[in-house]
Amino acid sequence: MMSDNTGVAVYCEIKDDKIMPIAAEGLGVGRKLADSLGQELAAVILGSGVGTYAQQAIEYGADKVYVVDDAQVKEYQPDVYVSVLENAAKKIKPQIVIMGQTDAGREIAPRMAYRLETAAILDCVDLDIDSDTKRLLQTKPVYGGNAQAVFVNETDPQIATIRTKAMEALEPDASRKGEVVNIPAEIDAAALKTKIVQRVAEEVAGIKIEDASIVVSGGRGIGSVEGFKQLEELATLMKGALGASRPPCDNNWIPETAQVGLTGKIIAPDVYIAVAISGSSQHMSGCSGAKTIVAINKDKEANIFRYARYGVVGDWKKVLPAFTEKLKELMAS
Amino acid sequence: MNIIVCVKQVIDPEAPPASFKIDTEHNKADMHGAPPVIDPYGEYAVEAALRLKEANGGTITIMVMGVNLLREVVKKPLAMGADELILLEDEAFTKGDGWSTAQALALAIKKKGDYDLILCGREASDTNAGQTGLAIAEILGLSCINLARKIEVADSTLKVERVNLSGYDVIESSLPAVITISNEVGEPRYPTIKGIMAAKKIEPVIWKPNDIGLDAHASVKTKLHRLFQPVHEGKCEFAEGDTEEEMAVNLANKLRESKTI
Repeated sequence: MMSDNTGVAVYCEIKDDKIMPIAAEGLGVGRKLADSLGQELAAVILGSGVGTYAQQAIEYGADKVYVVDDAQVKEYQPDVYVSVLENAAKKIKPQIVIMGQTDAGREIAPRMAYRLETAAILDCVDLDIDSDTKRLLQTKPVYGGNAQAVFVNETDPQIATIRTKAMEALEPDASRKGEVVNIPAEIDAAALKTKIVQRVAEEVAGIKIEDASIVVSGGRGIGSVEGFKQLEELATLMKGALGASRPPCDNNWIPETAQVGLTGKIIAPDVYIAVAISGSSQHMSGCSGAKTIVAINKDKEANIFRYARYGVVGDWKKVLPAFTEKLKELMAS
Repeated sequence: MNIIVCVKQVIDPEAPPASFKIDTEHNKADMHGAPPVIDPYGEYAVEAALRLKEANGGTITIMVMGVNLLREVVKKPLAMGADELILLEDEAFTKGDGWSTAQALALAIKKKGDYDLILCGREASDTNAGQTGLAIAEILGLSCINLARKIEVADSTLKVERVNLSGYDVIESSLPAVITISNEVGEPRYPTIKGIMAAKKIEPVIWKPNDIGLDAHASVKTKLHRLFQPVHEGKCEFAEGDTEEEMAVNLANKLRESKTI
């Protein structure tokens, strides 16, 4: 269904005093799509005292930044954010809306899509414009990563969330110019159905897995808390983070926050060392974006070796101590 | 406390990746030789419902939508301890997209009526869409909590722990509400022999599109353009050696020489 909607709008989440990397990636792909359509790229920012981030969005490629600066949207509350973004979309009338597949994006996108009588596709790894129809081709993993599907939404705005690190951000360009437009929050009190009474951070000690450039991850075969201590030694040596597939988390050998996979974290480190991990599709969905995968597994036919660049076929209990020892020596020299 | 749990019959996501095949002509996938199962993500929702029933009493109604629903598969939640089974079984239910799925389920939930909570898995293991529960909440105008790991009900107020990247939020809401369940809720229980025997005696209620007042021209907003399997070339370079220790040393050397580490 063609509409008079035009342009690409990217919802930019703010975290730790800057536009989140995934929002910069959204602006990067958004710029590409907008150029291909010959249309404008807009950024949308919500929060309290967030006007200063508009320039960042412009440096990352936005032509126009819509800012909702209001104490009522200081902290994330799904009902409020869905309602504010729904109103913003009605005002901006974009043809395409992009968000990160974050805690917020994964719930805002479908809810907002329903209210705008359109559809969303979540967790896209590729976005492109069909050269004939000019519609958005949205590619996302399905069947736990065994396959990928390309969807086309027939209504506007075409809403997509993108997977972290699947698309590239532009180098920020401080000389870029853009327009900043303030829009009111217009919160409808009736929209508020749930109340967040407490926000609890369960921080893991050391480097956060999603920020680490090296991740050492263990699977079912590690077998115990003690086993993970050995992996931790290697991770610490390389200033990396510790991860796991689902079974070790289910068995409480390691906290749930370390889980890599479709139901856990989706990460894209430079190096991913998979120890005793078979490489189920669910797990690979979380780490296949790594630049280099190194696998240690006793089964030569294990799926992980189809993704790995380097590997050892052997028992991790014998391989790991010698590997850690040798790396220690190499890194000291 | 009356709970409706929406689950799905899917191709077995735990089957070996090698048995996964795509029929490109029909844009359909198949696990060769592996029978379908109840969606594992949906089983977490069933488990959450059973724990709520243990704490607060009430009934659990399972709703499954699809076609060629194998009775021994869709009865698993009953064997786990649920009370009733409603099947939305018709070819027409399979032709749509995420929206038409949510629309049909919302109509069926309305027809069923008398519910306090609607639970769904966080996503389905086949489509990985992650939208059905959220969409049902929007259609029915209910409170919506995504990715719960713990649910408590006291004085008809919900208290839910909602998982996020850095920990969790504690959320309060009135009833009725829609909650999607994350795997952190805990492992789904196995059916007991007693449960399996009881499930055998429960006849599913079957609803067709007409029964729930579904418009045959329900709007479909998303088209599947293409379904394909990404190729992973097996280019793994194996570290050799006579012993595992030797292989380990060679692996470390390889990583250093290639400047990987």
